[in-house]
Amino acid sequence: MSNSKDIKLVDAPPGVEGSGFFATQLDTVVGMARANSLWPLPFATSCCGIEFMATMASHYDVARFGSERMSFSPRQADMLLVMGTIAKKMAPILRQVYEQMAEPRWVIAVGACASSGGVFDTYSVLQGIDKVIPVDVYVPGCPPRPEQILDGIMRLQDIVRSESVRRRNSPEYQELMASYNIT
Amino acid sequence: MQTTQVDYFPILMQTLLAIGFVVGTIFVSSLLGPKRNSLNKDKNFECGIESVGNARIPFSVKYFLVAILFVLFDVEVIFMYPWAVNFRDMGFEGLMKMGIFMFLLIVGFFYVMKKKGLEWE
Repeated sequence: MSNSKDIKLVDAPPGVEGSGFFATQLDTVVGMARANSLWPLPFATSCCGIEFMATMASHYDVARFGSERMSFSPRQADMLLVMGTIAKKMAPILRQVYEQMAEPRWVIAVGACASSGGVFDTYSVLQGIDKVIPVDVYVPGCPPRPEQILDGIMRLQDIVRSESVRRRNSPEYQELMASYNIT
Repeated sequence: MQTTQVDYFPILMQTLLAIGFVVGTIFVSSLLGPKRNSLNKDKNFECGIESVGNARIPFSVKYFLVAILFVLFDVEVIFMYPWAVNFRDMGFEGLMKMGIFMFLLIVGFFYVMKKKGLEWE
């Protein structure tokens, strides 16, 4: 398998190697495992969702990054992809979906509307989803091309790979959650 | 060759190890790793919308009848798939048999309609 040129395997993290053993930090192993099996939860409300459908399909194939399984329940999802205009009436629903995701969880705001409200600078549209939930990666574009969405996922993988296993219990994280009134 | 009960001891050990590993990983994984519980988190997932009322309510028998009839005619379609795959092999004889099968079901369907089984009011 590993000899095949078509299959790209993830490199082992830095560590001490000897005959029959390999020692490394827990953080790097957990990060590597998490980063290469991010299960997406698509929250698609408009045209960016259509771009994501192309990203999921065979040509761009998000499955190459370990995101094979789309999760349409928040319970087993790791990565919430918010794609499209979020109206203010939609905000509590988005928030509820985020709150029902299991830890650890990450959020990507795909497209201008999810990131900042985009062209819809109006009373009815939420000016960026970071008003209601914390966001890890913003993908610009109106709508972004599938390559851009994939790049966003890869940037998130970088974040996940370098995240400490203790981060979710840290006071900073608790403070961040508290600032969004998420208990 | 004599066997004593002591010879079976490794099997017991193996069993204990297997059960111990499964139970152990289930409990340890709930201790390791981040976790967050809250009122909203533990609610049923209804696509983010507040759930209203109780799911355990009486519902119309009419609905039940329609559901059963749907299942009945749905299964009929499942029977058609293998026939459609082997359509050429089975030839005219298969077509005849399927025709008889469909005819019987259509008679049943008209019976249901005559009995007013699909009338909602």
